[in-house]
Amino acid sequence: MAGTALRGGLTWVVATVSSVIEETPSARTLELDVPGWPGHLAGQHVDIRLTSEDGYRAERAYSIASAPGEAPAITVERLDNGEVSPYLTEEVRKGDAFEVRGPIGGYFVWRPEDGGPLFLAAGGSGVVPMRSILRHRRRSGSPVKARLLLSARTLEDVIYRAELEGPDVVHTLTRERPPGWSGYARRVDLDLLREVAWPAIENPLAYVCGPTPFVEVVAAGLVALGYALQRVRTERFGGA
Amino acid sequence: MYALDGNAIGGMLEELFGRDMTAAVGCCAGCGARGPLAECMVYRGGPGVVVRCRVCQTLLMAFVRVREIVCIDLGGLSEWEPAPAA
Repeated sequence: MAGTALRGGLTWVVATVSSVIEETPSARTLELDVPGWPGHLAGQHVDIRLTSEDGYRAERAYSIASAPGEAPAITVERLDNGEVSPYLTEEVRKGDAFEVRGPIGGYFVWRPEDGGPLFLAAGGSGVVPMRSILRHRRRSGSPVKARLLLSARTLEDVIYRAELEGPDVVHTLTRERPPGWSGYARRVDLDLLREVAWPAIENPLAYVCGPTPFVEVVAAGLVALGYALQRVRTERFGGA
Repeated sequence: MYALDGNAIGGMLEELFGRDMTAAVGCCAGCGARGPLAECMVYRGGPGVVVRCRVCQTLLMAFVRVREIVCIDLGGLSEWEPAPAA
């Protein structure tokens, strides 16, 4: 093993929460004022570092929820046994500050010149980078068509539901459905993907984000349906 | 513990290498599979970070931070092409 310490261009800066938006009973969006923010690409994330009074530090990565050209924002879903998310979803207030570095990532990003058609599949808070991509598509006037598959436990858990609602948004609710629900009511599987994903013949560009088991099923399913492996971009997240 | 992927360590990699590495393409010394680091399996529950090949599970990279020194083992990569300039 070679030991070394190198210094890159990525540095921690203190970000201030400029607004707090409640999205669902367990998720909220924090708009951030980050000094010297260089701008970001759709799909990128930031690292957030919290330091407790005794010096203990915890770091987490959060996808950027806003489009390029907008102020950076993150949407955080509370995990009951989490170390960082309870603070960000319950305690933090407008004007509070914490350390941020970013934007980060050059793989799970979409630029208008990447084209489409876009097939976006999100499990739970995996919808966060998809909002950035869809907003960017709209703001940039991109002509590519886009379809969004959203898997959530209940309708109440669907983040940005009002903003994203439209003919090319497909919901599946895995735990509980409202009365009269006519959408899908199961975990995503190959048959569901066959019904909702753009046909492979159109050479779609897919972005898949969510908990690891969700991403594995969707990515493998899309490849089984004929999607080119290098056109299925994935991002997995875990707990805490 | 579920594996994460290379996106999750994008910040650490950029801190260490000075540029985005999630889109960099690596070649597994075990099975020859080639792909972006973002698609590798990442385990960060232990004292360091372990990166494995998604195809054959070969240990591609390991990172351990001791105070301000980071030990980097890239022994499982036979080739590594930097990402195209952003």
